[in-house]
Amino acid sequence: MQIIENGNTAAALGVRLCRPQVIAAYPITPQTPVTERLSEFVEEGTLKAEYIPVESEHSAMAVCIAASSAGSRVFTATSANGLLYMHEQIQWAAGARLPIVMCVVNRAVGAPWNIWNDQQDSISQRDIGWIQIYCADHQQIIDTVIKAYWLAEKVSVPIMVCYDGYILSHTFMPFDLPQQKQVDTFLPPFRPEYALNPDEPANLNTVTLPDVRVDVRGELAHGYMEIRYLLQKDTRLALQEAAQAEKRFTEIFGRGGDPYIEPYLCDDAEYVAVGLGSITYQLRVCVDALRKEGIKVGVMGVRYYRPFPDKVIAEALKNKKAVIVFEKALSYGYEGALASDLKSALYEYLAGTGALPVIQNYIVGIGGREIHTADLTKALKAATRSKVSPEPVWIGLKL
Amino acid sequence: MQSKTNILSLPVEEFVHPGTRACSGCGLAIAYRVGLKALGKDTILIVPPSCLTVLQGLFPVASTKLPCLNVTFASTAAAATGIIASLKTQSKEHITVAAWAGDGGTADIGLQALSGAAERGDNFIYFCYDNEGYMNTGAQRSGTTPIGALTANTPFKGKLQQKKDVPAIMAAHNLSYVAACSAAYPLDLYDKIKNCLHLPGTKYFHIHIPCPPGWGYDTRYGIKIGRLAVESGYYDLYEIVEGRIRLTAASEKLMEKRKLVPVREYFRAQSRFRILSDEQIADIQKQIDKKWEGYYKQVE
Amino acid sequence: MGTGNYRRKTSHSEHGPGDGGRTGSWRVERPVIDQALCIPCRRNKEACFICWLYCPEIVISRTIPPVVDLEYCKGCGICAEECPTKAIKMVDEAQFAHENKKKE
Repeated sequence: MQIIENGNTAAALGVRLCRPQVIAAYPITPQTPVTERLSEFVEEGTLKAEYIPVESEHSAMAVCIAASSAGSRVFTATSANGLLYMHEQIQWAAGARLPIVMCVVNRAVGAPWNIWNDQQDSISQRDIGWIQIYCADHQQIIDTVIKAYWLAEKVSVPIMVCYDGYILSHTFMPFDLPQQKQVDTFLPPFRPEYALNPDEPANLNTVTLPDVRVDVRGELAHGYMEIRYLLQKDTRLALQEAAQAEKRFTEIFGRGGDPYIEPYLCDDAEYVAVGLGSITYQLRVCVDALRKEGIKVGVMGVRYYRPFPDKVIAEALKNKKAVIVFEKALSYGYEGALASDLKSALYEYLAGTGALPVIQNYIVGIGGREIHTADLTKALKAATRSKVSPEPVWIGLKL
Repeated sequence: MQSKTNILSLPVEEFVHPGTRACSGCGLAIAYRVGLKALGKDTILIVPPSCLTVLQGLFPVASTKLPCLNVTFASTAAAATGIIASLKTQSKEHITVAAWAGDGGTADIGLQALSGAAERGDNFIYFCYDNEGYMNTGAQRSGTTPIGALTANTPFKGKLQQKKDVPAIMAAHNLSYVAACSAAYPLDLYDKIKNCLHLPGTKYFHIHIPCPPGWGYDTRYGIKIGRLAVESGYYDLYEIVEGRIRLTAASEKLMEKRKLVPVREYFRAQSRFRILSDEQIADIQKQIDKKWEGYYKQVE
Repeated sequence: MGTGNYRRKTSHSEHGPGDGGRTGSWRVERPVIDQALCIPCRRNKEACFICWLYCPEIVISRTIPPVVDLEYCKGCGICAEECPTKAIKMVDEAQFAHENKKKE
């Protein structure tokens, strides 16, 4: 059924369709409406879940970790400083191998305070073992939430579904609202391999030694290093399972495509712009304009940022003359995170082959600075002429 | 109200194995063992980083026969909330949820989450085992370290601030049950747990825990020192049921006896209080006497 | 209970004694019970059992006579201190060196 709603409502509707059992809620702009919508669903009876208004984001994730460990499907949402406050906890959730799904509505981080959109919050959490998927429109938001639960429970790795604050969260778009029975077919109830219970007692996540050690059955149990290795292994495995999720989703819902990237006019392109989230759709306008001038340019959205689909991206970008990365975050002290990861992937697969493109990194929209399409077009065009700078170039700066 | 339990009527089933990594003579081990007897098999425990983490065992061997979730330092009570919510969705509310945190994990870093859970009225028991310092990391001072105590980071001048009164903070949340207990009076602890299991919302227990390395005494005197704290009127055993406070066990007896052991005996038995001067001890004795005068007056 | 795939990926501990190893090796003195003074022994019925109640390590059995599990007893001495008839004495472990040698 086609409806017109804002991005936060799309997320909330997606969550409701997935039948979570415990929801932790704490307000922070611009994600608050997600949890407000969910409270409406719970109080009016259309969502049967325990709704916990916690007293901090750290506690929100604590509730999710505990409820998930006890066998429930859980949900929470946050942004910016809320995500940062729960950083210790999200590290914990990954190491504890809990299939938690969380919406991160991307917002700039303090200091200083800023409530508008950039992606520093989620990008700064890329190293910890959570899967990160970026959405470019409302259909992707609702669909990704549904796919995320399936994938998280398949590989026992938590997932962040990220979408741009205000640009997506508060704007209205038409999208298809899936039917409950379609979602029930796609996503079976959560059946964890182990849930805390007195009939099968276990002590979870206590101090784990550097080396392996014999357990109560006389068998050798993994040490910390093995447990962490398996997290890495399963996060990489999630790439294949993501393709599975996409395939199943397409069969049931009738829409889908490449799970990892969203290319537009890339096949014959000589220059490809790359980004995460809604900016890639804005870049399509630039691409169309430059194509009219005869410049063979395309744009590629990256959807799975972690695990990074390095092979797929290298394959898609090989032999291109230049790759122009537009980012709303960076690794301070070096360059844009996505640019670094792209350079790394391309180098890994294409070094020495002669098919290695030039990479140009642009930083845009930090703290919600307005991104003018004309500025993007200008920057993109400049990068097709020559490498603009080895350092990332900040667009829209007004020093 | 149940009748008082004695040693012979205490259940014999044990929920902890011997051979843990707890210190020799650990006061927590005594309280924890009896506490679990009161909680019973249908319990899920939550434990933040603390002495209990170590007592419960390092992966892959657990010393406790009950399911337990280890959580981050600040999140004990929030994790309890999560377990309760999950059990509700599974219609397993007969399972008791019990959090066991140290004084640091309660009065300092864990206070926010505890207050949140209490305000929400989440149905679980929270045990703060108070050995009056961050003992697991080498005896640093915490919010509940008493004034004058030498610790690893108040090494020469002793703690300059008062002991935080956590039961009073929790009582201000209008809980159905708040209790102050001691490892030296395990049967009192047992009865209080049994008394409150059926009450709604968050139940708060504060347990005084003698700690040989942290407090500085020979391991064999653990119970004696715990008793001295109570019999000197320095640390009181009580319960607050729906807002009404009642002294229990040895503290209740003091109301009848009207004779407090000089608190000097308590302080001089522990090397952590060695820099307390006679004048300071006399001052504390005056405060204790005043407190008990107040108690006597209330009864009259 | 089984060691399923998921459990191998997480820090999942099952319960058993001796996480701290043979903690009996910690002690420098061990409790010795004089049955002539021990109340349940003299009365030959369930009584007292204060040593059982206060043992932090749960190594004293609630039996007549109470028996100490020397595999894990850390020698804290609380039982000796609390015994109302002073039936328990803490004896230097060196006195049992021959016994300990046999164990090695």
